[in-house]
Amino acid sequence: MSTATPDIVRPYGDTTGDGMVQVSFTLPVPHDKRAEGAALQLAAKMGLDPALLVHAKAMGPDFTFFVVYGSANHLVDLREVQVVEREFPLLTPAEVNKAVKGRLRRKLVVVGACIGTDAHTVGIDAILNIKGFAGEKGLEYYREIKVVNLGAQVLVPELVARARAERADAVMVSQVVTQRDAHIHNTTAMSAAFREAYPAGQVPLLVVGGPRFEEGSAARLGVDRIFGRGTTPGEVASYLVHELAHPEEER
Amino acid sequence: MKPVLDLDPATVRKARSLARRAGRPVVKLAQSHTTVSVERATLRLAGLTGADHERVPWVNHLVDRVRADVGLEHGVTTPVWDALARAEADDLLTLAQKSASGSVTFRIPEGKDATRAQRAARTAVARGIRTIDRQRATRDRLIKRHGDPRQRPWIYLIVATGDIYEDIPQAQNAAREGADIIAVIRSTGQSLLDYVPEGATREGYAGTYATQENFRLMRAALDETSKELGRYIRLTNYASGLCMPEIAALAGLERLDMMLNDSMYGILFRDINPVRTFVDQRFSRQVHARAGIIINTGEDNYLTTADAVDAAHTVTVSQLLNEYFAKEAGLADWQLGLGHAFEINPDLPDSFRLELAHALLARQLFPDAPLKWMPPTKHMTGDVFRGYLLDGFFNLVGAMTGQGILLVGMMTEAVVTPFLSDRDLALQNVRYVLNAAGGLAEDFHPPREGFIQSRARQVLGEAVDLLEKITDEPGRAPLLEAIADGTFGLMRRPADAGKGLEGVVAKATGYDNPATTLLETGESR
Repeated sequence: MSTATPDIVRPYGDTTGDGMVQVSFTLPVPHDKRAEGAALQLAAKMGLDPALLVHAKAMGPDFTFFVVYGSANHLVDLREVQVVEREFPLLTPAEVNKAVKGRLRRKLVVVGACIGTDAHTVGIDAILNIKGFAGEKGLEYYREIKVVNLGAQVLVPELVARARAERADAVMVSQVVTQRDAHIHNTTAMSAAFREAYPAGQVPLLVVGGPRFEEGSAARLGVDRIFGRGTTPGEVASYLVHELAHPEEER
Repeated sequence: MKPVLDLDPATVRKARSLARRAGRPVVKLAQSHTTVSVERATLRLAGLTGADHERVPWVNHLVDRVRADVGLEHGVTTPVWDALARAEADDLLTLAQKSASGSVTFRIPEGKDATRAQRAARTAVARGIRTIDRQRATRDRLIKRHGDPRQRPWIYLIVATGDIYEDIPQAQNAAREGADIIAVIRSTGQSLLDYVPEGATREGYAGTYATQENFRLMRAALDETSKELGRYIRLTNYASGLCMPEIAALAGLERLDMMLNDSMYGILFRDINPVRTFVDQRFSRQVHARAGIIINTGEDNYLTTADAVDAAHTVTVSQLLNEYFAKEAGLADWQLGLGHAFEINPDLPDSFRLELAHALLARQLFPDAPLKWMPPTKHMTGDVFRGYLLDGFFNLVGAMTGQGILLVGMMTEAVVTPFLSDRDLALQNVRYVLNAAGGLAEDFHPPREGFIQSRARQVLGEAVDLLEKITDEPGRAPLLEAIADGTFGLMRRPADAGKGLEGVVAKATGYDNPATTLLETGESR
């Protein structure tokens, strides 16, 4: 490949600039001539021109599955691509363990809970339980991380007390199901309680996760980091190492 | 299927006797304890249903009340039917309601009063047991009428929308597309609830709550579909977590056909107390045995945490332990859907041959069990095209090694909940492979000193070594020590920690539970 990438690109099938893509989808229409026309109409609206309907198959009496090939008439401007960079490097479990062992010289302690009335431990369990999420094992799997998972409907004072007793390095709170901004109220109550209970500068790292939190609202909620939908245990572990077992950092 | 592997019968016998030695002390422990959930399941068999306005089930109220008054050491039924005999309330439901408001006092009756209470309790619980017996007979009759699936393995598909009224048409469609078994995945987090929700439910997270009413609705719908298709469609749910015994009882009452029920899954992967798990598990398996339910064990989970080659023998060990616990609880070979999975890294040379070796080993160790063959998850990367090929190879192993139950792999595993088209493509994949290669088992004879046979013998040898290590552990119950040491799935789970420990009670000398008596004697009155 040449080193100079053009600023404008199109999809590559087998020739530069051919724009060829392949898509598959299902329409809630019985399979007949009209269904195939409908598929081509959708392809055209997706910007595929010319579009080639290569496969159509009935899926039961009411649905049809299609595979369409076509040339996408959209152009991609690489100059306009914006990427939000993760502020920390992604580490493997072995690297996380090594960093904790080498730099902390003890296990990193994480206390986790669902607070408020939320009984949905799915988020916290996905991150903490060994079973993990998206093919990655949870933090319990990491030899150098001690996990205390308090489960659901934990009261904030209980969480603070347990974090102190365990000398937690990080506290992780999950809020999945929420009504009338309960996740925001719960989180600010939690962060305030920790700041009250600990001397300044010694508060454990406060991490919250859940699908309803806005990215970038961490400071407003008084926590150190927010993780959204689809976060994997490996990302969280890497973040913890970045914040807690990093020699250059003040923490 | 004729034996393909040349395994040393002495080694196989040794493996079984070590599993028995590891399991027996745990059974003793299970026999000498009860749990809040075992007691609640007993009340459910006696017909106590429903919940208060805050949706706390009456069985929870009654067990908690009795426990607070006189403890559960004697079982819940004796003080409850004593209170009924003393006319504290007209019936069980009223008694539970009155007890919730604190207007009933319980006592441990003695002499004639005790005999009277226990006899009445037995009569009430026996009605539930007879319902389970009737449901089993109904299943047998429907299978005779509609027939079993024409092919082996049976095809197992999952539905899970969170809304039982959405699940029903999806399940019926899946059956029309070729599924023989429908599993309704539970809402995440239900395993850690210490009560069973009530009624038909329309919201769940990544699954649908297991409730008696949801069971009933789905079974009724699949009965219609069975009739339409001329093939009995089986229904599966999950007897695991803190309410394992109650869910098992509800499954028996509502004629579910298969239940996920592993001896150690809750301990290792949900951090449920080991003693709680083994006590609950024994009771739930006794119910499953009586109800003619096929259990599915969870060995596939070990391979998602540990490496599928290095930890292959832990699957064998767990299968042997699951077999021991299952038989002890009265389950027959045809009811043991022992699990294993296609989880070897596909980049590893000879990965397919290793899979064949492991699957054949399980097939031959448990020749009469309907083994449950689980699809790849760990190495499904989001590249759906590669995933589709991997699922094809998974299906091929299933066809070549005579698996009993095949959970259909989705190419969108770890990407999205399956699209309608994903399910159809997955079933096409299964049908193609079974059609094209279903008879291959007949031609497939790996040579004695070849790679596959040697690998199978190696895994069996490692399993025996691990069982020896477990039985050499100190203490009254070496298996519990081994679990505490992190032998399985790399998790350390001590016997005096974990969720649900507070619900475990040591039985007193006068402990009585008519459900256990009827299940163990086979009596129905």
